[in-house]
Amino acid sequence: MNYSWDWFVFFRQSVTGEGYYWQMLLRGLGWTVLLSLCSWVLALGIGTVAGVARTVPNRTARIVSGVYVHCFRNTPLLVQLFIWYFVVPELLPASWGDAIKQMNPLWNQFLTVLVALTLYSAAKAAEQVRAGIESVPRGQVHAAMALGLRAAALYRHVILPQAFRIVLPPMTSDFLNVFKNSAVALTIGLMELTGESRQLSEFSSQPFEAFVAATVIYMVVTYAVILLMRHIESRSRVPGLLGA
Amino acid sequence: MKHLFRRHALAAMILFLGTSAFAQSGAKPASQALTGTLAKIRDTGTITVATRSASVPFNYLDDDNKQAGYAWEIALRVVDRVKKDLKLPNLQVKTMEVTPQTRIPLVANQTVDLECSSTTHNTERERQVSFSDTFFVVGSRLLVRKESGIRYWADLVGKNVVVSAGTTAERLIREANAKNGWGINILLAKDINENFLMVETGRAQASMQDDVILFGNIARARQPYKWEVVGIPMAQEAYACMLRKDDAQFKAVVDDVIATMMKNGDMERLYKKYFLSKINVKGGVTVGMPMPEPMWELFRKPTDKPYQ
Repeated sequence: MNYSWDWFVFFRQSVTGEGYYWQMLLRGLGWTVLLSLCSWVLALGIGTVAGVARTVPNRTARIVSGVYVHCFRNTPLLVQLFIWYFVVPELLPASWGDAIKQMNPLWNQFLTVLVALTLYSAAKAAEQVRAGIESVPRGQVHAAMALGLRAAALYRHVILPQAFRIVLPPMTSDFLNVFKNSAVALTIGLMELTGESRQLSEFSSQPFEAFVAATVIYMVVTYAVILLMRHIESRSRVPGLLGA
Repeated sequence: MKHLFRRHALAAMILFLGTSAFAQSGAKPASQALTGTLAKIRDTGTITVATRSASVPFNYLDDDNKQAGYAWEIALRVVDRVKKDLKLPNLQVKTMEVTPQTRIPLVANQTVDLECSSTTHNTERERQVSFSDTFFVVGSRLLVRKESGIRYWADLVGKNVVVSAGTTAERLIREANAKNGWGINILLAKDINENFLMVETGRAQASMQDDVILFGNIARARQPYKWEVVGIPMAQEAYACMLRKDDAQFKAVVDDVIATMMKNGDMERLYKKYFLSKINVKGGVTVGMPMPEPMWELFRKPTDKPYQ
């Protein structure tokens, strides 16, 4: 290979005259973390509602949530993002569409990715929640009903506390996926970590250093997530349940 | 024991003589010792040339799904020349699709031998790769809707301007924006097509790119008459073929092909073919860009000097 390595590239001034190259990576990391945390929190909320709705006796709720999960889980995130960014504003009434397009482009891009990533991740979370709910033995549901619990209380006090504990480990990998999926933001111009490392590689002509740095940063972030989730798992564990 | 040793030594000697004779016959086709890319081409019997899918009219797939373009044809002439120089009439030509993000790593790690498309030659890139003589000169200008009222750079104050991420245009607009306090919102697009989509859907009021790409975008637009290219070119850029670093032999071949084409009028014919006549894209469009002033100078005196 005919490549001149330069690991000090991060401490060189950017050719755009906007600070140092390491600042680009830091800025990108900021967007990645902000975007991922926001959309994961929202996705957990929406996913729980949709997951519960798939198991309730009400037929309409089951159908609506089922359609939602299938549409958003079974299409590529990139396609969904393009639809949100380029197609949806054209389908809205012209004045609304123009208002969306004329707002501050940075926030516009951020909100678009947030919506796309949240709905995509929520559909996956919903499936986890549904699986968790279905793994709670039916006998407990019947017992709770025999005790006179209404549906809301049944979910709140009997099913969900167990379901959440069961799906915590698979949820960890969903959470990690949110961080990795957030890289689609660069396709509509929001420069998160992958986007900034591409910029860095273009401006400095040191592509390998830029991507190695991005890889290391991603690994550090995802490892931090794993540690956090392990901590939550051990804190929320109930002795006697799940072989604990 | 001694006998065994002698037998081994004999075998080793035969092997040695055999390989050296083989090496001699292998080196025969070239008059001088080949190094770098040319040696690799001779040894493997293949040359790998980079292609682009939508870099109109430099290197693109036309309506018949055939590779075409001004820079693509230059690459083909280089291939012909290599066939002749190395006496390899059966040289196998492999193509490899590249994007603006992958082209430099792929040339640096020797996957691609030659990349001729809309690639700017600048000094940063010289750290990793080497460039041939310049074959095209562009300047960064603006693509706007005719009724937008934008005519000069200063009209951009407070507007949204889209640039392709990582391009020279992005660098220039960021510098100018910071220096003049224009307060421009800079939007980033991933590639040429998306860049145009940004102005077409009204997310940006202007698109800043190499002028020739803007003319190409207008030519491919649904309603070409609604668009125009404005602004005095901001800084010139040199397009050149990209090849491996420190490979003087191969660079000399590519340079010579380009310089010869400029001198004997081939390059001008190629210009007319791709920039002033109908090309086979989107059912036949014309880029319609008159030859930029600095190119006449370039044709008289071919050079490999970058502008930045």
